[in-house]
Amino acid sequence: MNDFMAARSQMALSLAFHIIFSCIGMVMPFFMAVSHFYYLRTGRIVFRNITNAWSKGVAIFFATGAVSGTVLSFELGLLWPGFMKHAGPIFGLPFSLEGTAFFIEAIALGFFLYGWNKFNKWFHWFTGVVVGLSGLLSGILVVAANAWMNSPAGFTYSNGIYSNIDPVKAMFNPAWFSEALHMCLAAFAATGFAVAGVHALMIVRRRNIDFHTKAFRIAAIFACTAAILQPLSGDHSAREVVDRQPAKMAAMEGLFQTGTHVPLLIGGIPDEKTGRVKYGIEIPGMLSFMIGGNTHTMVKGLDAFPVEDRAPVLVTHLAFQIMVALGTLMAGISILYFFILWKKRDFSKNRWLLKLFALTTPLGFIAVEAGWTVTEVGRQPWILHGILRTKDAVTPMPGIQYTFYLFTAVYLSLAFFVVLLLYRQIKMVPVLYDIPE
Amino acid sequence: MVYVVIIYLWTALLLYLLLGGADFGAGIIELFTSDNNKNRTSITMSRTIGPIWEANHMWLIIVIVILFTGFPEIYSAVSTYLHIPLLIMLMGIIARGTAFAFRHYDAIEDNMQKLYNKIFRYSSFITPFFLGIIAASAVSGTIKPEADNYLDAYIFSWLHFFSIAVGLFTVSICGYLAAIFLIGETETDEERKRYIIKARSMNMAAAASGALVFAAAAHDHIPLAKWLFGNAVGITAISAALVSLILQWQLIRRGSKVIIRVLAGFQVTMILVATTFFHYPRIILFSGERYLSLMEHHGDDKAIESLALALLIGSVFILPALFYLIYSFQKRIVN
Repeated sequence: MNDFMAARSQMALSLAFHIIFSCIGMVMPFFMAVSHFYYLRTGRIVFRNITNAWSKGVAIFFATGAVSGTVLSFELGLLWPGFMKHAGPIFGLPFSLEGTAFFIEAIALGFFLYGWNKFNKWFHWFTGVVVGLSGLLSGILVVAANAWMNSPAGFTYSNGIYSNIDPVKAMFNPAWFSEALHMCLAAFAATGFAVAGVHALMIVRRRNIDFHTKAFRIAAIFACTAAILQPLSGDHSAREVVDRQPAKMAAMEGLFQTGTHVPLLIGGIPDEKTGRVKYGIEIPGMLSFMIGGNTHTMVKGLDAFPVEDRAPVLVTHLAFQIMVALGTLMAGISILYFFILWKKRDFSKNRWLLKLFALTTPLGFIAVEAGWTVTEVGRQPWILHGILRTKDAVTPMPGIQYTFYLFTAVYLSLAFFVVLLLYRQIKMVPVLYDIPE
Repeated sequence: MVYVVIIYLWTALLLYLLLGGADFGAGIIELFTSDNNKNRTSITMSRTIGPIWEANHMWLIIVIVILFTGFPEIYSAVSTYLHIPLLIMLMGIIARGTAFAFRHYDAIEDNMQKLYNKIFRYSSFITPFFLGIIAASAVSGTIKPEADNYLDAYIFSWLHFFSIAVGLFTVSICGYLAAIFLIGETETDEERKRYIIKARSMNMAAAASGALVFAAAAHDHIPLAKWLFGNAVGITAISAALVSLILQWQLIRRGSKVIIRVLAGFQVTMILVATTFFHYPRIILFSGERYLSLMEHHGDDKAIESLALALLIGSVFILPALFYLIYSFQKRIVN
């Protein structure tokens, strides 16, 4: 592995790891706030137990997310000093605001976790809401910074000089809204399905039915609402990518030749050498139709771009397919869930539905990882779209492959510990939280 | 506006040294506590530092964000030539933060606790040690951008006697801060006495490693005495730190916890004043006469302006909330 690929892999690994922790850290507080609210309103101990059990999870994920985020803020410089030298002042504003939001989140979390029975109960509840709001704001700000890398704005570039810097314009770059919206919904859907899935599994196994049923319901309603809205936001994002990063769109769709009446490719293995796609299903004219509203719409293929400006097709296309497939599946399950709720059927007796939810536990996060792969790999060869190439930004220090191995080992062991801790938290639910009302 | 940013940078660094330092120090104290008392110490620490410990480490993020937004050239240089010590420090941060959370939130208390404790204690030592190495390397003139081999460019930029001595000094300062903090948080006289002894031994360690810093500076041809004593501010700050130290020794048994803490904080502040004043505004000294300066190498003016505004707005939210957090949990512990 050469140093450049090692640097990219290390960054990918760090981001892939961090995104799971930050999603959970920014969404779980809202679930907690809801069950905490029910507890304060109804006084039923089961809601307090759910809040408590979830808050343990939040504490574990917050601590891990905080350190992996700290690591990322250093890694930007450790791996990409050539990028940060120019980009720092331009897209630093969302990061500085994020620093504030994250700080507030840490303070509010201190109040919330250690504040049971110590403060006015509604103040205590409010600190939990602040954890969620500031976490969500942090997420939006960081995604706005990433959006700037996809749609650079707020400066003038000529001959290697970055001038006329306007940090506010850079923060509110054209892509910030669509990316942030898509990520927020994804965080709610992924975390919601993961949490609901675990509780569904417990109901299927007939453990602490009351506890898990109520917990399942809170998570499932958040998750399903987000999953139903997500395809709309995805459609909006895709249209923006067509306008701003047509090369990325061509890679996502595995489209080699520019043309009209372009079919929509489902599945398929694009081969960059031959410029053909194997094993795919094609829906005639559909991609042209989806982009332009009629089948005559011209869609740019990879042949419209010089070879050195093309993104890796295979990875981008497959990741995109996985994301869309899982997103569609989750939206379908969500519609089914709301239908059953509407019919007022008792879903705790619908064992097949619960089993279905249990099976979907990891799907949201797989979709999130696939989605980020599309964004990041699809932006290649650029680190700053159209302006700075990733290979020109990498650190001059040799031997990055060894730091990549180190990071891999550290993150794998962290993942092991986090899974172990969660498993033990869930295993101890009957002991810790099975207090009869 | 650049002054506003520099003041925030310095203050965030100081607060990280004081609050994060005391936090690291608690782990260092645990490391150097006899096995019989280790548990007691870790319980006291979780109880008192638990609510604020995440916030203590946010100051580092503020420092790094100020550097990469306001002083990108400095950030890029540091992260290129001091890549390895930064990496080790990051490993320390990961290990420490997660081990602290894991030992608190593992629902089953078994042998894993031993592992978490071990990781927590050793990483509490390693992280500030490498912070000291990084700070020392930035100003010791050992970074050679023109070096043509790996060792000179990426190893000897930070591996030398002076940086190691400063690392040890940083560790003992952190331990000292933690001991002073813990003295005021104990529930029994016996435990209080233990921390007083710890504070004194950490103090001795600081004195010894301080002497080592001077010896190493002489060995590495670093004009440390000139930096510290060559100007009125340096002399005043060092004398003030000494006076504060003597007062602490006098008051450590009977004085109120607030007064000793303020004195200890003041002492560390004065050390930071003395060590940064001479160089200001230069922040990185390369080999030869080259340097990077906060005044000459800051980022675009518009970026500095928006950063300053973001910091000002941020502190309106952060500071009151943080004070209230510390205040309410202090009050409740006393009660």
